[in-house]
Amino acid sequence: MNESKAQGFRLGMRDGIPIGLGYLAVAFSLGITARNAGLNAFQGFLISILNNASAGEYAGITVIAANAAYAEIAIVTLITNARYLLMSCAMSQRLEPGLSLGHRLLMGFDITDELFGIAIARPGYLNPYYTYGAMLMAMPGWSIGTSLGIIAGNILPERVVSALSVALFGMFLAVIIPPARKNKVVAVLVALSFAASFAFSVLPLVSTLSDGTRTIILTVVISAGAALLFPVPREKPAAKSDFTESDAEKGASHS
Amino acid sequence: MTHNIYIYILIMAAVSYAIRVLPLTLIRKPLENQFLQSFLYYVPYVTLAVMTFPAIIHATQSPIAGALALIIGIAAAWMGAGLLPVAVICCAVVFVAEFFL
Repeated sequence: MNESKAQGFRLGMRDGIPIGLGYLAVAFSLGITARNAGLNAFQGFLISILNNASAGEYAGITVIAANAAYAEIAIVTLITNARYLLMSCAMSQRLEPGLSLGHRLLMGFDITDELFGIAIARPGYLNPYYTYGAMLMAMPGWSIGTSLGIIAGNILPERVVSALSVALFGMFLAVIIPPARKNKVVAVLVALSFAASFAFSVLPLVSTLSDGTRTIILTVVISAGAALLFPVPREKPAAKSDFTESDAEKGASHS
Repeated sequence: MTHNIYIYILIMAAVSYAIRVLPLTLIRKPLENQFLQSFLYYVPYVTLAVMTFPAIIHATQSPIAGALALIIGIAAAWMGAGLLPVAVICCAVVFVAEFFL
């Protein structure tokens, strides 16, 4: 992996740029919420660079605004960010077994929906330097965007914010659709997930759950069902350590 | 009693980090259990799909613009467009569509 450190880093930065730009726009609106809760620009920067979570931060900021107990903010953060626990488990299976603790501690710092999305689209074992490159592009967008939202409020035209807000979803599609094209089970699961997620957002009772909680329930139920009905044939992840441009274009591996 | 904003932020940060880093550091080997292996193989696709829809149609000012971005984004990804192209296409679709909606 030594020779490919720089290459992995560069690829990570390339894939991290659109994420950072998308974050800038989304964090801007988070900043407006934070300002209303009484946070200053530095506190907004701090909360975002330390948490890197959209729903989790929104929820946390509402707790701060309510001047609630410290225990409450811990529980709210745990619940709204619990999906990262699943993502971290999934990501652990994409790491080289001998990867050092230091790398694991650093890579775990910024597991977000988007960075997780691009990481699992990498073929073979995940190159830590790919993650660092992407983090370097994504984290400033998120934290500076929050500060800007607090300072500048509503300067971006709403239409621009509206357009930018789908950038992150576009990236999700680019991660899940190519494997769905190759693998019928994944294709059915994606369609089923869309349908179930829509149903959960309109049905009585479940629609009152938070987005994060619905995501966890649906992910666990649908993935467990698929694992029971369509177990993935046992095979070792391709131990590829050559991170090349062409690999990046191939999308998700079936390791 | 008034709470300190910095203590709030530190508690949030500690909880967020623990959630993210514990599985990554504790699960050091490929799992042997086939169910768990399969489960974790499917998790990323299911969770990203769940988070994309219907959230994409609520993210835009006009739900129709979001729906168009979803359909055209799927088509572009199906035809092999990468992360950045699909993201840009989706943004462009919304930007143009909202001129008319």
